[in-house]
Amino acid sequence: MTATPRYTRLSGLEPLVLTPELLFVNIGERTNVTGSAQFRKLVKEERYGEAVEVARQQVESGAQIIDVNMDEGLIDSEAAMVRFLNLIASEPDIARVPVMVDSSKWSVIEAGLRCLQGKGVVNSISLKEGEALFVEHARKVLRYGAAAVVMAFDEQGQADTCARKVEICTRAYRILTEQVGFPPEDIIFDPNIFAIATGIEEHDNYAVDFIEATRLIRATLPGCHVSGGVSNVSFSFRGNETVRQAIHAVFLFHAIAAGMDMGIVNAGALPIVDDLDPELRERVEDVVLNRRKDATERLLEIAERYKAKKGEVVVENLAWRTLPVRERLAHALVHGIDAFVEGDTEEVRAQSTRPLDVIEGPLMDGMNVVGDLFGAGKMFLPQVVKSARVMKKAVAYLLPYIEAEKARTGDTGKSNGKIVMATVKGDVHDIGKNIVGVVLRCNNFDVIDLGVMVPAQKILDIAVAEQADMIGLSGLITPSLEEMSHVAKEMQRQDLRIPLLIGGATTSRAHTALKIEPHYKSPTVWVKDASRAVGVAQSLVSKELVDAFMDKVRADYAEIRERHKDRSGAKRLVPLDKARAQRFDGGWADYDPPVPKQPGVTVFDDYPLAELVECIDWSPFFNAWELAGRYPAILDDAVVGAQAKELHRDALAMLERIVAGKWLTARGVIGFWPAQAVGDDVELRDDAGRRIATLHHLRQQADKPVERPDFCLADFVAPKASGRPDWVGGFAVTAGIGIEAHIERFERDHDDYSSIMLKALADRLAEAFAERLHERVRREFWGYAPDEALGNDQLIAEKYRGIRPAPGYPACPDHTEKATLFRLLDATKNAGIELTDGYAMFPTAAVSGWYFAHPQSQYFVVGRLTKEQVEDYARRKGWSLAEAERWLAPNLDYDPE
Amino acid sequence: MSHLPYLNPARVRALEDALARRILVIDGAMGTMVQGYRLDEADYRGTRFVHGFDSQHEPGRDPALQPGHDLKGNNDLLVLTRPDVIGAIHTAYLDAGADLVETNTFNATSVSQADYHLEHIVYELNREGARLARTCCDAVEAKDRSRPRFVIGVLGPTSRTASISPDVNDPGFRNTSFEELRLAYREATRGLIDGGADTLMVETIFDTLNAKAALFAIEEEFDARGGRLPVMISGTITDLSGRTLSGQTAEAFYASVAHARPLSVGLNCALGAKELRQYVDVLSQVADCQVSAHPNAGLPNAFGEYDETPADMATLIGEFARSGLLNLVGGCCGTTPAHIEAIAHAVAGVAPRALRSTLDAAA
Repeated sequence: MTATPRYTRLSGLEPLVLTPELLFVNIGERTNVTGSAQFRKLVKEERYGEAVEVARQQVESGAQIIDVNMDEGLIDSEAAMVRFLNLIASEPDIARVPVMVDSSKWSVIEAGLRCLQGKGVVNSISLKEGEALFVEHARKVLRYGAAAVVMAFDEQGQADTCARKVEICTRAYRILTEQVGFPPEDIIFDPNIFAIATGIEEHDNYAVDFIEATRLIRATLPGCHVSGGVSNVSFSFRGNETVRQAIHAVFLFHAIAAGMDMGIVNAGALPIVDDLDPELRERVEDVVLNRRKDATERLLEIAERYKAKKGEVVVENLAWRTLPVRERLAHALVHGIDAFVEGDTEEVRAQSTRPLDVIEGPLMDGMNVVGDLFGAGKMFLPQVVKSARVMKKAVAYLLPYIEAEKARTGDTGKSNGKIVMATVKGDVHDIGKNIVGVVLRCNNFDVIDLGVMVPAQKILDIAVAEQADMIGLSGLITPSLEEMSHVAKEMQRQDLRIPLLIGGATTSRAHTALKIEPHYKSPTVWVKDASRAVGVAQSLVSKELVDAFMDKVRADYAEIRERHKDRSGAKRLVPLDKARAQRFDGGWADYDPPVPKQPGVTVFDDYPLAELVECIDWSPFFNAWELAGRYPAILDDAVVGAQAKELHRDALAMLERIVAGKWLTARGVIGFWPAQAVGDDVELRDDAGRRIATLHHLRQQADKPVERPDFCLADFVAPKASGRPDWVGGFAVTAGIGIEAHIERFERDHDDYSSIMLKALADRLAEAFAERLHERVRREFWGYAPDEALGNDQLIAEKYRGIRPAPGYPACPDHTEKATLFRLLDATKNAGIELTDGYAMFPTAAVSGWYFAHPQSQYFVVGRLTKEQVEDYARRKGWSLAEAERWLAPNLDYDPE
Repeated sequence: MSHLPYLNPARVRALEDALARRILVIDGAMGTMVQGYRLDEADYRGTRFVHGFDSQHEPGRDPALQPGHDLKGNNDLLVLTRPDVIGAIHTAYLDAGADLVETNTFNATSVSQADYHLEHIVYELNREGARLARTCCDAVEAKDRSRPRFVIGVLGPTSRTASISPDVNDPGFRNTSFEELRLAYREATRGLIDGGADTLMVETIFDTLNAKAALFAIEEEFDARGGRLPVMISGTITDLSGRTLSGQTAEAFYASVAHARPLSVGLNCALGAKELRQYVDVLSQVADCQVSAHPNAGLPNAFGEYDETPADMATLIGEFARSGLLNLVGGCCGTTPAHIEAIAHAVAGVAPRALRSTLDAAA
């Protein structure tokens, strides 16, 4: 038998056991509408997405419990509490900590408790309204499985002196433990922290009263805890954060020593007592500990000094410029500073015997540090690309010297290996490929980048001619998957023996294992992202590593294929007629489809970029740079926050130049046509009623309960039989017109960072353009929601009526439907966007899709298709079965012949 | 709550005595056994539900105009329509060595019976389910007086989740609520107590908030009766992530239900004994009460069947017992009387896990 003390056990998704070693538990205070103006605003405006981010920041910055308070006159507190708690319950990185349900209204507390699966804390109950109600509430708290904060408050009022605090807490403790059966360790006393240094003499001893009461409570009431709202104590110094934080630090230092073991604090902002300016510390201690009569005046005397001055400029620290030149080069590389690189490179070159020594010496040393930090997750992609820019500039500077040297001696530098990289035929997306190229170059690989839309034979020919050590293929759109499989088959047929690397957004380990690797006998490896590229490439070129590495990869892929075999049949699809019988019902008898206010085609030449900047959805931008997280929380992320901030700042600076300098032109076109659904097709007509196009759609075939439809986009359009006149819209937009000149300029300047940045921003602007136009379509051009008023976050969260699915994406996976869309819109003429053979759009910063207005229209994933539906679709499209199978390859639920 | 007396102090004393002396054995799977009888729709309907609805509840309903619903698969209904089958299964487990049998009431809540339009018989299902199990225990005890047999009144998880959104597009959405679940569990609890259950077990908990609603309802029912039964709690770690479906670790799960001061806390279903061990170990370290485990017969094979043999499973469980992890043990999906017999044999004579004596934190 072991005897262990009974500790308080709270929980979210994970436990929080209050052992003495924890010393002090930080309770996050920002998700409190009474304490945070920002949070109050978000909740009032129902911007819950952002409100949830506040909670996330709290947990990330160290809150071990989060306090949630919705007490505000203009908020339906009960509803807001339930909504917010349910939302954070779905966020594992928030829900892992326990929740403190904070309200002065019992009904709000109870509503909150009904949402907590974990053991939370109620804040608070008290004897304010008498013993009977206190006992009733305590019983309920116990029954809901929560701990409770008990305020030092009774029928006479809130306790201010030490004696009153102790008296009330002692009485409450007796009632709870003896009458209610409340576990003593689940009692958390809040003996009231009041403001000091207010100029009123009676307030001078408030902090001392709290600290002394805490000492007595912890000593005499076994098992309990003491907590409090710390920011109250410094209330009279509002506006002077430095002094306030100093007061908090000093107060906590003494209160914790006396036994306060929990507190509502802004933990991130708290300075360490020993770091305080000694003079400030002394005067603050005088005030907190009430050590002298004139303590308040003396603190006021010096307080002004610590007020932050507005408009203070942060001076860039250039101390590193005093280091020896080799260290300066290393510093510049690691920190991505290119301002001094040519001068420093020249200085080292002048000291070296051969220009190559500069590269193989300090530059490679610096890049190795970068590579190590990146590999260890201490540096992030944007920094690496910036480092590469410094490297490239240094190398460019050295190149003429190296050429001259080579001409003289025939000596060439050593490389890790040579890789031929390309975005495959039919695809034009290259951001990811360029990033991988940069990272590989940083690691001393020779990269031959063939660009975009490269036919298979060209890739093979160059790889052979250049005696490349490996080939890397990239692609973003789904038809590229088929093309990659084709390249693999060609490599086998033409007897290449070098490794094949596969990457890009739509690729996956499973696809590579199932559809590419079986076709090519030499090593075929899927590379998840740029950070893995170096490891994979190095393993493949190393004689010692390659066999073990490939054994593992091959075993991995074989297992995936095995599992896939088992799985087929696990998720059964239903026959097409059953799926069709379970179509979404638009309720056409009671639905009057809205008529577009501006039918036909409308062209937008040179749409104002400034308007689009406001609509940017930033999260995908960070993802493009392989920084994981959601905007804006990512800016304060504990791991990538600093890097994300810097990247964001650079992006905003470039956006300003894009807009001011008119680097890019945004063009777009929209149109609306009378439409009726015929089966899974939609027929479009002109004004005269002549059929001008048939849109072909695919239907889900998932085995669902009867109340959940198997969707097809055609379901959102009134069927011919209903007799209801309905409409379908379409759009194509780009923000990439004019981008090439600038990309070339950056590449000439060896500035991959800016080049990738510009492409990523153009992509964002095109998305923003699509979002903005969709909004205007709803309000003006189709005009079915003229009064819609949503903030950018709600737009990003798609809280509006209607959808804009894009051909090639999950709801309509056939890319070839873009041809119909482009014909209807005359998008090449009207918006300057072209379609490639693979139906990728060029410029790449482009978005196109259909508009549906039905109030219940929604995005969905068509998913797997049976041969029956593929045959049916081929018939409708006038294709052979093989053709349909090629274009729908990623969706096939069977292996085509 | 702790201040209420037990409704049946003698039975609780017998149970506590037995727990102090040895590891008690709980029965195995019900569903697997029912499948073996290959019952058809007519078996499920019996005479009272011959048209697919309750003829006692709706005597005037014309099945030609208002046809009933398929009832096959509603295993809990068999308590009324084929009590012989359910009784035989209980008896088989008792004969195999089970000290406790679980009532056949896993889905006997209004939330789950709504699928069969039989919400109105929920109280009856629970009462009869408990009564049937009690009768079987009494019969076996009469034959073999060496030890008492107990009825565990089972409260299942329902088909809804109070803390998980069923709609991926709206994480704030819920298709049930604490209040709906509380009322549903209250009704089931009433039936189980009236039917003579010795303990109540909230089991196969994949969402702890559902379980908290059940525990709340149980306490309310105890208040109403002025007396209580021992409460057992068993959660489900859904996969090797070591979390419940609603995301909690085993230790967080314990912290969330400990306020009910259960007789036992444990884990069942989803995993086999081998995979479950580490999480039972966690509970065994943190729990102030008895610890139970009733794992599946291994992990499902490619055909979704459980094929761990009684001998293999008993070997694993025997090790649990010798390591001091267990106070109660049984089987979940795929286990049969043969498994229970092997398990009973494996834990016989092994000392039960010692209960921790706890001190107040300040002591």
